[in-house]
Amino acid sequence: MEVKRMGQFDIVVIGAGHAGCEAGLAAARMGKRTLVLSMNLEAVAYLFCNPSIGGTGKGHLVREIDALGGQMGLAIDKTFIQSKMLNTAKGPAVHSLRAQADKIAYHQEMKRVLENQENLFLKQGEVVDIDMDQEEGVRGVILKTGVYYGAKAVIVATGTFLKSMIFIGDAAYRSGPNGLSSSDELAEKLVERGIGLRRFKTGTPARVLSKSLDYTKMIPQYGDEDIVPFSFMNEHLSCDQVPCHLAYTNERTHAVIRENAHRSALYGGMITGVGARYCPSIEDKVVRFADKERHQIFVEPESLTTDEMYLQGLSSSLPEDVQEAFYKTIEGMEHLEIVRPAYAIEYECIDPLDIRINLEHRRFNNLFCAGQFNGTSGYEEAAAQGLVAGINAVRKLDGKPPFVIDRSEGYIGVLIDDLVTKGTNEPYRIMTSRAEYRLVLRQDNADERLTQKGYDAGLVTEERYERFKKIKAEAEAERARLSAKEVTPSSINDYLCAHGSAPLNSRVTLAELMKRPEITYDMLAEIDPERPALSRHAIDKVQVQIKYEGYISKQLAQIQRFKRLEEQKLDPDLDYLSMEGIRIEARQKLHDHRPVSIGQASRISGVSPADINVLLVYLEKKRRSLREEA
Amino acid sequence: MKREGTNTTIAAIATAYGESGIGIVRMSGDQALEIFSGLFRAPSGRPADDSNIEPRRMMYGWIVDPATGNKLDEALGVYMKAPHSYTAEDVVEIQCHGSIVSLRRILEACLAAGARPAAPGEFTQRAFLNGRIDLAQAEAVIDLICARTDAGFDAAFAQSEGVLSDRVNALRDAMLDLLVLVEANLDYPEEDIEEISYDQLEDRLQQINDELLQLLAYAREGKMIREGISVAIAGKPNVGKSSLLNFFVKENRAIVTEIPGTTRDTIEEQVSLSGIPVKLTDTAGIRESDDYVEQLGIERSKEAFARSDLILFLADASVPLSKEDEDLCGLLRGLHCIVLLNKSDLPAVIGEADIERLLPDAKILSTSLTEGIGLDLLEQTLVEWITGGKVRRREDVLLTNIRHIDLVRLAEAEIKEALAIAQSGEAMDFAAFHLRQACDCLGEITGLTIDADMLERIFSQFCLGK
Repeated sequence: MEVKRMGQFDIVVIGAGHAGCEAGLAAARMGKRTLVLSMNLEAVAYLFCNPSIGGTGKGHLVREIDALGGQMGLAIDKTFIQSKMLNTAKGPAVHSLRAQADKIAYHQEMKRVLENQENLFLKQGEVVDIDMDQEEGVRGVILKTGVYYGAKAVIVATGTFLKSMIFIGDAAYRSGPNGLSSSDELAEKLVERGIGLRRFKTGTPARVLSKSLDYTKMIPQYGDEDIVPFSFMNEHLSCDQVPCHLAYTNERTHAVIRENAHRSALYGGMITGVGARYCPSIEDKVVRFADKERHQIFVEPESLTTDEMYLQGLSSSLPEDVQEAFYKTIEGMEHLEIVRPAYAIEYECIDPLDIRINLEHRRFNNLFCAGQFNGTSGYEEAAAQGLVAGINAVRKLDGKPPFVIDRSEGYIGVLIDDLVTKGTNEPYRIMTSRAEYRLVLRQDNADERLTQKGYDAGLVTEERYERFKKIKAEAEAERARLSAKEVTPSSINDYLCAHGSAPLNSRVTLAELMKRPEITYDMLAEIDPERPALSRHAIDKVQVQIKYEGYISKQLAQIQRFKRLEEQKLDPDLDYLSMEGIRIEARQKLHDHRPVSIGQASRISGVSPADINVLLVYLEKKRRSLREEA
Repeated sequence: MKREGTNTTIAAIATAYGESGIGIVRMSGDQALEIFSGLFRAPSGRPADDSNIEPRRMMYGWIVDPATGNKLDEALGVYMKAPHSYTAEDVVEIQCHGSIVSLRRILEACLAAGARPAAPGEFTQRAFLNGRIDLAQAEAVIDLICARTDAGFDAAFAQSEGVLSDRVNALRDAMLDLLVLVEANLDYPEEDIEEISYDQLEDRLQQINDELLQLLAYAREGKMIREGISVAIAGKPNVGKSSLLNFFVKENRAIVTEIPGTTRDTIEEQVSLSGIPVKLTDTAGIRESDDYVEQLGIERSKEAFARSDLILFLADASVPLSKEDEDLCGLLRGLHCIVLLNKSDLPAVIGEADIERLLPDAKILSTSLTEGIGLDLLEQTLVEWITGGKVRRREDVLLTNIRHIDLVRLAEAEIKEALAIAQSGEAMDFAAFHLRQACDCLGEITGLTIDADMLERIFSQFCLGK
């Protein structure tokens, strides 16, 4: 087939899922002529699995994406149909926002934003090859139709589409998710060109019709009355929230599953891809946790414009007849009508150890990688990488140093550092426990951590930057006011008694009063008439900063220590292989990885503290001999 | 697995300098075996090679000068193949006669054949760098080299064998288990997983805390065993302080005289009591004096009391308590004291009740230093005081390293804070924070976390960076 050159772009993004959208928007907003290609424009920013965004760790990522000038937070704020702040009793750092999305509206909103973005061109087309080699790096992409688009940089964000296989019972066939085609040629071409690929697996439950369910037998789950927006740009949000419903499997369900477990693709040995431990299918749960009497299921609406419901907790690769049989044993689902069966899906992805901290491939210049292609799982993880890949592709073309968020600055930093430093053996999901500095990486302060960085990189708009500065100033002023304003026992003891708080013996400041667990900023309104009207984001900040000051400063001290190791940079040309005293395995790992700092080196699996000791000794020796020479 | 690469072979005399029956020259590194083969001859005259060298098997023969073929000494050789050796490298040990001449000649032959002299601690350093021993073990080896007493040697030995590491790692595991549970609750709020209650959290933290406290209880004893304790001898002039010191030292280094004020300055002696090093300080008598030198002695006495772990106060049981005695008791109140009612061979004028009035918490013994009465009981009382009256088992973990003690103490403080959170019902996340910190503290003992400062301190003890 004749290849026809049709245009030249600065950056071409392959895929318009959550990674591709953020990557394309970031690149275009930073002034690059950007082409975003999707095999099917109906799949732009499609939520292929659960109809929700956020949750523990993930909600933090969305806040960070927003703080950097990304789109995900704004899009979900426009299209959510239920919102909930999780973990409110477990400490401010694990407060996590989670919203049910109208997945049709979400897709439409994101597509609209892409279509209206200056410098961004969104087209339908399947990339079958990337024109590149290891000397020159990337030159362009070739489409199935023979069209060639020139590109200075390419961002691969192919999600679960590369050479994907669907498994439902003993049916196994080549297909992308949700009936879309898989992208086979590109996978083969990537391998031919020297990109190593491996297979991961994930799955999704059945979609059922709402009208076939009996909600009176389930427990309704409502959203919060006071809705907290994801985006720092939004102040108040409202919508008619729809409930989700909680149901449970039972012994009969498990019996059906056990009797038919051998018919599952997973247990039949057909699936070779690696799935995530934290996202097991129902047959997996029943087999592995045999003593558990029931498993919970959340019934979640897919969209306001469809009757389809998502059954969270019931993903499966059992045959359709078995699916129907066990679903129907669940109380409230006796008459359930499945409209899309559950399936497992296998796809090709890379080993993220093959990419650098700026998400560029180690061997191919200007080839950037993001999202599930890097071995992650989840919309938010994908979007975060897309954003960072977009920024870094632009910076690379502009000859600027990489844009790196470190582990003390954001969950995005934790995510990317984990991927490129430690690698992953299963689809990687963010968790708050992966963050060493969790008490500082809160969702209330994502803007303080990252908006300046995003502004300096040229992605954050003036409007956002001004708002950020205003909220920050408001919070600082209010904190100072609360720390200065004193109340006397006589003026406040009645109030304290009425709120079940111990009376005062002497004057204290309002800030000190707020440190009491039972007292909140809002509660103090009635005895604090002079308070200014504040943005809710500012109130959150003031409250957390005052209440948890001690913990926050402890964590900041830890971060100082962490930064010292991060700041000990390692020469990329170090000859690790000849370093005496470092174990052979570690030498090889360091040689392959080329860590940027002692800190990063210390996190490489297979590099022990003893190896780092030797490395430190080596660097010290080298410093000394340099000093002697000088 | 044999380590490839360029590990220079090091050699050193591994036994203490001085005449002894047997001495050892040790080599470690890639060339150790090759060098040994060149130097060793079986009684038949056959050199050692692959056909007759078996790892970990003693070989009898001669060490020869390879240049001349002259026999240097009769010797036993043993080869320990990497990684099954102390350094995890190829190691050869040559046992020969213990004379310094013999040892030096063999060492020089090794060096001539390509080894280089090992720096102090370098075998241990290699063992550590090769992952053969962990940090706690490496530090214990340094303690072992520096150990001044038998009991100190035992404790250091137990640590280097990994007893401390095992105990600390087990505790850290327990903390991690709990942390994992808390984290799961934090990360999966809507999952149907075992929700940890504050009561459960408290119980498990309490268990961990108890174990940490137990470990710390050994620390006091451990510090004394390693560094010894400091005992001051107090009493008015001529009450027998120098005689007491002499009893311990068992040689006449302090002058015993009838004239008050002879022992003008403080005198220190190092003795070993049941294997525990004890530093004894004899203080000058406390009395009003115009004599400048005497005043200096009094000042030093006061300082010596403050620095001491324990004070042995001698009172003359044959005369009434003087103002000097009472003044001294005033200085000693609140300090750890054993009172000796000395001169019990003479008719008693004062008794225990008189002392109890002045020093209510002191332990009181009756002695006669001139007649040797009550001295066994004194020694026994001292040892009991030092060890807390416990009979220590060999396998009890003694924390003897200051850094380790600090870290265990820090971990204990973190667990205490976590406990407070469990009890007050504050947010679970903060309990997780403290647990994590506690884990890190214990991890630092065995080298599971990295702190550049810590490494600097450790490596300043190893001879590094030349």
